Amino acid sequence: MAPDGTPDLKVVGTRPIRPDGVDKVTGRAQFGADFQLPGQLVGKVLRSPHAHARIRSIDTSKAEAIPGVKAVMTAADMPEITSEEAFVGEGPADFKDMSGNTMARDKALYDGHAVAAVAATSAAAADAALAAIEVDYEVLPHVIDVEDAMVEGAPVLHDDMFTSGVDPKPTTPSNVAKRMVFELGDVDAAFGKADIVIERKYKTAPVHQGYIEPHACVAQYAADGQVQIYCSSQGQFMVRAYVAKLLGIDISEIRVTPLEIGGGFGGKTLVYLEPLAVVLSRKSGRPVKMAMTREEVFRGSGPTSGGTVWVKIGAKRDGTIVAGDAVLKFQAGAYAGSPVGPGCMTAFAVYDLQDVRITGYDVVTNRPKVAAYRAPGAPISNFGVESAVDELARELDMDPVELRLKNAAKKGTKAAYGPTFGDIGCVETLEAVKDHPNYNVPLGPNQGRGVAAGFWFNIGGESSATVNINEDGTAVVATGNPDIGGSRASMAMMAAEVLGIDVERVRPIVADTSSVGYCFLTGGSRVTFATGMAVVEASKSVVNELKARAAKTWDIPVDAVEWQDGRAVPAGSNAGDFEPLSLEDLAAKSGRTGGPIAATSSLNAQGAGPGFGTHLVDVEVDRETGHVKVLRYLATQDAGRAIHPSYVEGQIQGGAVQGIGWALNEEYIYDDQGRLENPGFLDYRIPVASDLPMIDTVVVEVPNPRHPYGARGVGEVPIVPPMAAMANAIQDAIGIRMTELPMSPPKVRKAVDEQAAAEE
Amino acid sequence: MYAPSFAAPTTVAEAVQLLANASGVAKVLAGGTDLLVQLRSGILKPDLIVDTKRIPELRTITSEGGGYRIGASVSGAEAGEHATLSRDWPGIVEAVELIGSTQIQGRASFVGNLCNASPAADSVPALIAAGATVVIAGPNGEREVPVEEVPTGPGSTSLAKGEMVVAVKLPPKPARTGDAYLRFIPRTEMDIAVVGAGVCVTLDEGGTCTAAKVSLGAVAPTVLVVPDAAAALIGSKLDDAALAALDAAARAACKPIDDKRGTIEYRTKVAGVLARRAAATAFKRAGA
Amino acid sequence: MAKHHISTTINGEPVEFLCNTEQTMLDVLRDELHLTGTKEGCATGDCGACSITVDGRLVCSCLMLGVEAEGHSVETIEGMADGDQLHPLQQKFLEYAALQCGICTPGFLVASRALLERNPNPTEEEARYWLAGNLCRCTGYDKIIRAVLDTAADMRGAS
Repeated sequence: MAPDGTPDLKVVGTRPIRPDGVDKVTGRAQFGADFQLPGQLVGKVLRSPHAHARIRSIDTSKAEAIPGVKAVMTAADMPEITSEEAFVGEGPADFKDMSGNTMARDKALYDGHAVAAVAATSAAAADAALAAIEVDYEVLPHVIDVEDAMVEGAPVLHDDMFTSGVDPKPTTPSNVAKRMVFELGDVDAAFGKADIVIERKYKTAPVHQGYIEPHACVAQYAADGQVQIYCSSQGQFMVRAYVAKLLGIDISEIRVTPLEIGGGFGGKTLVYLEPLAVVLSRKSGRPVKMAMTREEVFRGSGPTSGGTVWVKIGAKRDGTIVAGDAVLKFQAGAYAGSPVGPGCMTAFAVYDLQDVRITGYDVVTNRPKVAAYRAPGAPISNFGVESAVDELARELDMDPVELRLKNAAKKGTKAAYGPTFGDIGCVETLEAVKDHPNYNVPLGPNQGRGVAAGFWFNIGGESSATVNINEDGTAVVATGNPDIGGSRASMAMMAAEVLGIDVERVRPIVADTSSVGYCFLTGGSRVTFATGMAVVEASKSVVNELKARAAKTWDIPVDAVEWQDGRAVPAGSNAGDFEPLSLEDLAAKSGRTGGPIAATSSLNAQGAGPGFGTHLVDVEVDRETGHVKVLRYLATQDAGRAIHPSYVEGQIQGGAVQGIGWALNEEYIYDDQGRLENPGFLDYRIPVASDLPMIDTVVVEVPNPRHPYGARGVGEVPIVPPMAAMANAIQDAIGIRMTELPMSPPKVRKAVDEQAAAEE
Repeated sequence: MYAPSFAAPTTVAEAVQLLANASGVAKVLAGGTDLLVQLRSGILKPDLIVDTKRIPELRTITSEGGGYRIGASVSGAEAGEHATLSRDWPGIVEAVELIGSTQIQGRASFVGNLCNASPAADSVPALIAAGATVVIAGPNGEREVPVEEVPTGPGSTSLAKGEMVVAVKLPPKPARTGDAYLRFIPRTEMDIAVVGAGVCVTLDEGGTCTAAKVSLGAVAPTVLVVPDAAAALIGSKLDDAALAALDAAARAACKPIDDKRGTIEYRTKVAGVLARRAAATAFKRAGA
Repeated sequence: MAKHHISTTINGEPVEFLCNTEQTMLDVLRDELHLTGTKEGCATGDCGACSITVDGRLVCSCLMLGVEAEGHSVETIEGMADGDQLHPLQQKFLEYAALQCGICTPGFLVASRALLERNPNPTEEEARYWLAGNLCRCTGYDKIIRAVLDTAADMRGAS
């Protein structure tokens, strides 16, 4: 132990080379589309060209007659599912809706909605089959914008949708699935104490996770009913559960083998292709491989919501924020289940407020059903709240970091969504910004500096891990969470730390669903925390067993044995005088001392430490073109304890850059028919290398007392503050408050012209 | 099922014959960076694809009468690496080097960029401003036309069946002449031009503009030549009045559309901005 | 129409394959030759995950037909390491944690090698513009750019 009481760690906090690294730099790693089975067919999906249309009939006979076409399916080949809440994904969902989203049954609800699928011996035959399927559509009026969808008389997507959360429950259907309110204290009275009130409405566009690997899978349905699925996803157990439910198959019949995943960010927490591939395999009797094109990814898989955020905050002259009120309206896409709940819960979470209220609406529109995207919902509400707080700082003539420090959430703050915070690092991330050189770099003309802070709960949940000690004293750690950004390295490091051996002697694997206990999916920044905890527990059990074997060898009581640096040693001189037994020694002799040494831990991890971060950005605005250049970027974040600091920094940098894209250029663009006009990386503009400076990071460590090494999730927080930080920097540069994302060049130029006109 | 034919002729005569005798749609594959995207999307289903990269004369840049002859299949990267082309016509080279990524540069050609006939083609305003011509080979022999006469609308050209562009010709550069091309895109790379502006000017010894050509991209169905904008420059030393007149003339010439890449209002304003900025660079290069 | 018989060189080895006209080099590498280290992220030349070199020139294999490979020399990610000896860029990417999910990594490595072969001493800006056609959604590019610049420095020091 170090003098301050923190454990003396040898592996945690170092930067070893990741165990899957060589495969990934040599091209050997197998991702979703890299896997194949002998005799596999090519599966493809027919998608609706209409934003909203009744499907009168589908005639597949011509497609079936094409040589090489082995199976054609529609929703009629899938069981009708009754409404039931889904529990294995990220964010709320309903199995009936999920079935409908996988394959449209009566109505196509968005451009890109799957309506049929084929399997053929070649891509050309599959393409020909898609072209030969005749769908008789009755095109219906559609609605894209969230507020348009809430208006009386708007086209209604689901005639059985009656808004929940309002009293009395409506008797006419609408597009508003749900209303929710989170409230602390007496907000209306509290505004009476305010000297200054800022009230403003903000708007964000739907954005896609933009993972570079399109969804892909191979499925094989055997004659005895056993199903094998090989796919890239954020959870092999999630895929198993959803396929079982959507197709009415027992879970024990399905084995899902995870392949490497080429990015997800929440977007691979659902199934799209897997159930279709299983049905096509069942109908054809052959394995079926399916992979989306990039266009299908944009049209057919879930982005996150766009939404409107109305914010009102009141403060005293000294900068004390006395009240906060917000109304969030989020697009869910074609089925209920936007992340408006977490949007509400995180909205004011960086502040210590006694009187606060957030109202949220979950609204369906004719767009792809949203999927989780990094801190789902939080970036949208944060853009509104952190923009408004910046306006407040200007109104008060107060430094925006000082204003935040004055009101920051700290240990003992009760959050609007319920809990009282324990050890958190909100203040520390703000102070880290103030202490950084970027905070004082002089700015030139048309340059500005913006700051914003953000929050994410982080989650724990169900995880399993198995640690096997091999005969030579090396170890294999098996977990059930796809490694999306280096988590195998963290798992191996934590196991090595407990076992007291070099990390190179631990081989971590991501096991299939039949080879390891259940793990909830990779998401919500839970894996290093929760699955890491299972790895630590299993490793501790292994150490206990190793100590028992040494005790047996020495014929002394087990509590007279200690584990130090990968060796069993007698606990003090009273225990006896024995040569230490290393892990290698004990492993080699394990057959004679009781058999193989292994342990499993399955747990439901509680106490994920909340995460906070503060971002500081400098921009330069070209007033004539509206172009915004990012000059400098700093992200500070509380990681609790960075297990592998490089991958913690990487998460922060990646999240920040996704946020920069969200702020500046990313959006779904629709034509007047409700068709997506930019389903590709050419016009869905994610940041490229030349758009960016280096992303400076400061990792603050306020240990999470509920994790063995103090770790907190780190993946979500960094996407929360960038949009407001960018808007605040633009305001600082040109004196204009941008309230709508993306802050693309045409919008910035328009705002400059309006400012000039107003000044004349 | 779709199954196109493929040919890779080694002479222009052979290529012309293949194109002229093709039944159905025949397409020339130069760099392929537009063609393959169109094939993939199914927008285009040619019956015959003719790869022209194995015709030696289409692969080279030669000095010709004080100017240059650039073979139709020369890639942007090859143009950028040419020792004197970048020195003499920096605006043209920077325009062709703006087309797509490094990877696209390795394949995309001037002539493909021209014959794809997008109003947003980056190389075209620069070529027009410089007074470039193209050599077209066809069943009836060769003809030479100004670059601006090739595109006739989005995706369509004045080439007849069996015709193909075999080279771009750049004239000898007059003394005290400078060219420049600027485009606006939302990011710093990888986008299609929202607006492009090519400017070429010739100055007298005192630095007054004696000749100018201004061309704008992505603001009309084809790349525009804007004589009023050129007139605004001629006789000036690029003073504020000339810049204002240039800006106004550029804006007045615009007939853009609203689309996913920009609005009418935005494109029009930025056309003026880019014309001014490109003119400033062209003057500087001309020795002002 | 019958398939084309193509003779080419891939990673220094003579290779023959059959393909249809409309098959891209990416399709050929992945589906016919099972060289799946070259990735498909978009198939429209916008992401760079399918980067290869042809006669030393960096291209997107999705924007090249398989038939065009006749007589040319193609290099893919599979040819970058020398046996189990990683290329300095590969090693540096590992040390710098310049990859997270790893799907864009082969394209970045192939493109970065092409950069350093042409320009052994790139500035940060030159590296960023050269690599602008390679999309990465995980890293924010920071560690990739650092790895490339540091490899360049090492390789200059070694030569």
